[in-house]
Amino acid sequence: MAGLATAFGSGAMTNPMEDVVQHARAMLIIGSNTTEQHPVFGTKIRQAVLKRGVKLVVADPRRIDITEYATLHLRHKPGTDIPLINGLMNIILANGWQDDEFIANRTEGFDELKAVIEEYPPEKVAEITGVPVEKLRQAAEILALNKPMAVMWAMGITQHIVGVRNVMDLANLQMLLGNLGVSGGGVNPLRGQNNVQGACDMGALPDVYPGYQKVNTETAIQKFEAAWGAKMSEHFGMTVTEMIPEIESGKIKALYILGEDPVMSDPNSSHIRHCLEICDFILLQEIFPSETSRYADVLLPGVSFAEKTGTFTNTERRIQMVRQAIPPLGEARQDWRIISELAQRILAFGSRQVNANAPFAQWNYRDTAQIMDEIAALTPSYAGVSHARLEAGEQLHWPVKDANHPGTPILHVGQFTRGKGKFTPIEHIPPQEMPDDDYPMLLNTGRVLYHWHGGEMTRRATGLMQVYGQALVEINPDDAERLGLNGNKRVRVSSRRGSIEAEAWVTERVPPGMVFANFHFPEASANELTIAALDPVSKIPEYKICAVRVEAIRG
Amino acid sequence: MISLKINGIPVEAPEGTTVLRAAEQAGIEIPTLCDHRDLTPYGGCRLCVVDVKGWRFPMASCTLPVAPDMEVTTESPALVESRRTILELILSNYYDAGYEDSLGETQLMRWAKRYGVDPAKVMLKKPRFAVNSDPNPFIWVDMNKCILCTRCIRACAEIQGRFVWSLVERGFDTRVVAGADTDMLDARCESCGACVAYCPTGALNNKMSLSLGLPDKVVTTTCTYCGVGCQLDLNVKDGHVVRVTSNPNAPVNGMHLCVKGRYGYDFIHHAERLTKPLVRQYLLEGTPRPKGRGEWVEVDWDTALDIAARKLAGTRDAYGADSVGVLASAKCLNEENYLMNKFARQVIGTNNIDHCARL
Amino acid sequence: MKITRSMVLVSSDPLSLQRGSLEIYRRFQEKLESYQLAEEVALSTITDVGNTEASPVVVIYPEAVIYGPVQPENVDRLVSEHLYKGHIVEEMLVPKRHLPSRMAWLQSRKGSLPAQQRILLARVGKIDPENIEDYILHDGYQALAKALSKMTPQQVIEEISKSGLQGRGGAGFPTGRKWSFVASAPGNKRYVICNADESEPGTFKDRVLLESDPHAILEAMIIAGYAIHAQEGYIYIRGEYELSQKRFLKAIEQAHEYGFLGKNILGSNFDFEVHLHSGAGAYVCGEETALIESIEGKRGEPRSRPPYPTTHGLWGQPTLVNNVETLANVPPILLHGAEWYRRFGTPSSPGTKVFTILGNVNATGVIEAPMGITLREVINIYAQGMKNGAAFKLAQTGGSSGSLIPASLQDTPLDFDSPRKAGVSLGSGALLICDDNTCVVDLVKVLLRFFRFESCGKCTPCRIGTQRCYETIRAITEGGGQLSDLDGLLRLAEQMERLSNCGLGQTAAVPIRDMLKHFRTEVEAHIRLGICPTGICRMVPEDETAELIENQMV
Repeated sequence: MAGLATAFGSGAMTNPMEDVVQHARAMLIIGSNTTEQHPVFGTKIRQAVLKRGVKLVVADPRRIDITEYATLHLRHKPGTDIPLINGLMNIILANGWQDDEFIANRTEGFDELKAVIEEYPPEKVAEITGVPVEKLRQAAEILALNKPMAVMWAMGITQHIVGVRNVMDLANLQMLLGNLGVSGGGVNPLRGQNNVQGACDMGALPDVYPGYQKVNTETAIQKFEAAWGAKMSEHFGMTVTEMIPEIESGKIKALYILGEDPVMSDPNSSHIRHCLEICDFILLQEIFPSETSRYADVLLPGVSFAEKTGTFTNTERRIQMVRQAIPPLGEARQDWRIISELAQRILAFGSRQVNANAPFAQWNYRDTAQIMDEIAALTPSYAGVSHARLEAGEQLHWPVKDANHPGTPILHVGQFTRGKGKFTPIEHIPPQEMPDDDYPMLLNTGRVLYHWHGGEMTRRATGLMQVYGQALVEINPDDAERLGLNGNKRVRVSSRRGSIEAEAWVTERVPPGMVFANFHFPEASANELTIAALDPVSKIPEYKICAVRVEAIRG
Repeated sequence: MISLKINGIPVEAPEGTTVLRAAEQAGIEIPTLCDHRDLTPYGGCRLCVVDVKGWRFPMASCTLPVAPDMEVTTESPALVESRRTILELILSNYYDAGYEDSLGETQLMRWAKRYGVDPAKVMLKKPRFAVNSDPNPFIWVDMNKCILCTRCIRACAEIQGRFVWSLVERGFDTRVVAGADTDMLDARCESCGACVAYCPTGALNNKMSLSLGLPDKVVTTTCTYCGVGCQLDLNVKDGHVVRVTSNPNAPVNGMHLCVKGRYGYDFIHHAERLTKPLVRQYLLEGTPRPKGRGEWVEVDWDTALDIAARKLAGTRDAYGADSVGVLASAKCLNEENYLMNKFARQVIGTNNIDHCARL
Repeated sequence: MKITRSMVLVSSDPLSLQRGSLEIYRRFQEKLESYQLAEEVALSTITDVGNTEASPVVVIYPEAVIYGPVQPENVDRLVSEHLYKGHIVEEMLVPKRHLPSRMAWLQSRKGSLPAQQRILLARVGKIDPENIEDYILHDGYQALAKALSKMTPQQVIEEISKSGLQGRGGAGFPTGRKWSFVASAPGNKRYVICNADESEPGTFKDRVLLESDPHAILEAMIIAGYAIHAQEGYIYIRGEYELSQKRFLKAIEQAHEYGFLGKNILGSNFDFEVHLHSGAGAYVCGEETALIESIEGKRGEPRSRPPYPTTHGLWGQPTLVNNVETLANVPPILLHGAEWYRRFGTPSSPGTKVFTILGNVNATGVIEAPMGITLREVINIYAQGMKNGAAFKLAQTGGSSGSLIPASLQDTPLDFDSPRKAGVSLGSGALLICDDNTCVVDLVKVLLRFFRFESCGKCTPCRIGTQRCYETIRAITEGGGQLSDLDGLLRLAEQMERLSNCGLGQTAAVPIRDMLKHFRTEVEAHIRLGICPTGICRMVPEDETAELIENQMV
């Protein structure tokens, strides 16, 4: 997000999934296990390959399922995305495959980029990434000569200390090839959670109000102070990856957590547990007891998606209705009602000055449609969104500028949000913690098809547990042999932060020297091991790389 | 555009359209079992035969492309006789073990009824295959109800790209198998349920919903798992979600869903769901917080909200607004995330708000 | 097989018999012996000459002259003058006014009888099939050279059209028209496919051609490729035909060496390659669209038509599919011209036909006869009569996919039109000749068992219909039949013909229909009396395992 914002002035998937699937002639998937993490999109990509013969290049250290459909699989070393992308750009420039017209008319900073790219000749890139020169050339040719080409990525690109730089470099690649603002092209970060796009859009971020209006700008502050009738904080807040550790320093005393499970989902679980343990007060609003609920003081029963009406915004910025199918279970209440009641109670204490006559000072909402009207009034990109339009069957991708605007399926047509697209030369920085003598293997983490995130929902789905019922640690047959694993055996994986025990899955999905673990199961969660090394801009942790030691558990 | 006449009605259709689709667009329904608009036409069941002027025998409309000045008749006494024969033949090789399948009227039964074929009279008296023949936890397989329409084969190949199902043997002995006649999961099935969604007879069904009866309402909503934003239909009976079905009009995914979207819904009614507000005992007693925070006590909403409000307000008042952190949720609604943002900024007065976008 | 130079047909319709034609026949036998002509003149009878005042008549080929009315005492003169000296006895000819249309047809066969006219089998047994030079010495690749050097593709197609050649696979579609369809269909690439998946039980004429004269087929494919602007051809040879495959591969290799295949063939700028695809044992892959699916690597299931392969064939491109025998006609037509070709056969079905003769006759094997020959002639002349003097009961044509032709229809000419008019079909050219010890119900049971086993299983009427028909007929042979079954069978057979996706399901109904049309009494005897008139059917339930074993053998 931050990376794309630097390059283009706004950060989101530029092209709808269907557009990519129908119109791209080539695709680059890098750092996305698409068929497992975005299964329906993954299968649409498979069909594009089967039916339209789309040329697919997959760059991933793991032999993930989508590589079966790839024209070319680049198995680069973890943490070498930048040299890989720079190397491809080097070959593209050397062959004159760049889109000169696009570069001249729609971008700036090309010369600076070129200077850095020249430092990444194929031989050097092959050395750093482990991808043979010949494959680099083939990849560059496929990606450059089949236009339009779409780039897709997910957490495999962003969950690094260089996450933002990775993204900016992919933006460089697509500007170089002129694949922006066109059907079948674009830079397309696949958002993980069902409504992560919406949560960002709605200002559930420490630096922006809804619609990415910066909290430190005069106009935004004035706007929201007038709307909500209260004094706004003028500095950026803390990210989740900062807030919890800051409990230790005493800066954070209380947490109000809605439907999240930081113990499972945040890096270095044991440290998270320690911080939550000492937090003065934790209010948790959840549907299940969780790893985090052990540390809560008050636990309020919210509801599942089946019990409420409102909207989600998907990865392609499409706003869609969620409709209540069943009444809330037991005494559980819809989350928007709980938040509203809590707000009304706190405001009633009177210790915070709020002008009750401000247009949106109140919390007495009738329904979520009314909340959406308030969102529309304060959020330019949602200005034309209403439940009524969605219920009438309109398909709206933000920005939706007014009640008559049809929405914007493809971003950056003709012009970028910031005017000209900006090339930013990116240099390679190695990962924070690389294998060494004590911790000789590299740990990569992620999710699997049958589970979701901390597993709070999927571990409670009987059938999913029958298919994938325990944490499995993927390990290469070479390593398995070296460790004396014979078929399926239990292993202990340890890092400087913790240790887990789990069943090994001996598979060539992972290259030698790498193990892959998920964080769906509390008894063996990868986040016991991960490092809280953050990208300096996005504050995203480097989940994809840390050093571990793997031992067979005898007996 | 190609102009033709169907039942005397002038119809226009783009080149390459099949007669069945052209008729459908003109509001004329032609019965079919093997055809589905999402799948490559097959021409196997032959229920969709129509008369075409100039042709001696009826033609399968599901594979017949429209041609200029074509004159098509979709119903006639002879066609009815032919359809009845097809249905009798199909049902003569169909066996119903009598279990409840919660499907209501399948397409096969609908056409049997339409053309006056009594399934009970013609169907097999003994099973040909084991009922419930696959251990897949989601997908019920009863090949006694299979009519070899191959929709499952095409759905798996053309929707999921997985090629789990295929035909083996030939002639009367032809049957559908997973992989090399093995279990579905062994055949690399991803349990997306596309084959179930397209099956017109109940040979493939949803195991979890088999005996739960028909829904009393169906609600279209958006999936709660990943960011693709599939829409799906929650089938509700007596306030319970009993099944998830595809919604053909879903803008992102059409009929397609993944294993979590279609089958990962039983968390909704899981016994561990929180249904009452809980507070720690020390908060009720006003005593210092014990190690490990002490016991949970069920309370009413008023008590829980009052305690929560006082603690949050008290923290802010004592340590400043930035001592409070607010974590919103990428699982929750836009409207709820907006409220969390408003809560942090208006009610508390801090920008300490975030969610798990980074994780 | 002996070479006959003349053939004498004596009419034996009821009127002729009444007027003493048996005696005429007997006198011919006697006189031919005494003039020592029996070896070179074939003698047969003919029933259907049209009821004429000129009866009894005698027809003599190859001149196609018709004498009548003939008296027994005229026979000696006919033999001595016509057959011995070669003079037509003008005053004994049937007066023109007495010639009904049937006789006009008999005359139309002028010149085409009686000898085995070898156009297609001309080189069979004479050349070394693995030696391209031997082929070249016997006119080989001359037609190709002529086409490439002197004819445009359009002219090649026109010559084939003029010849009146019709597809020999069974349907008899005009070959020239098919070629021009493919040539004019829009597409990026075009393909020639030679269907050599000869799987009809008891048919092995294509095998004889492929094993004995492979270059002829290859040459024809190259010419076809030139005519329709294709650059690639496939020959789909039945998997069991190992020798055919071996020889064809060798032919391809040799043709490459001699520049008849590959780039710039004979300096004409025409490029052509041929690939051999081996079948995997499915009967249905002889159906052209199933064959195409099979070449594409898919399960051999026939496609729905239209669209036809001529526009949407292999890989969706315009494709010419011809069978081996059809293609074998191409080089001689181009070499000698359409006019020459039309001298053989009948005006509506020019050329010759290769038949595979099987059954209760004295001589079985592959023959080549002019189009329009009658079944009776085939049996009496080529097959040298029924074995042990038994009576002819019926012929089953075309492997499994043809008709049951009863004795009453044995004068129907074997060409493309006449059988259709008579309600029977020629099929692919196998003739299973059965005598009166054959039980028609048992025969049809065997055919149905074959179909239910060889159906691809795609469409409902064929997959389940063949099984249900088989079950019903089997019940009849086991003494469990009902009279009401017969109407049910007919109704089902009719629907199978109407509704099946391809020829397999459509023709599976034909033997049932023919059986009930021509032999209903015999079928009913099984049911009403509980006996099999020929004693073939055991009339008790058979062991199912025995049936399974039989199935394995099918």
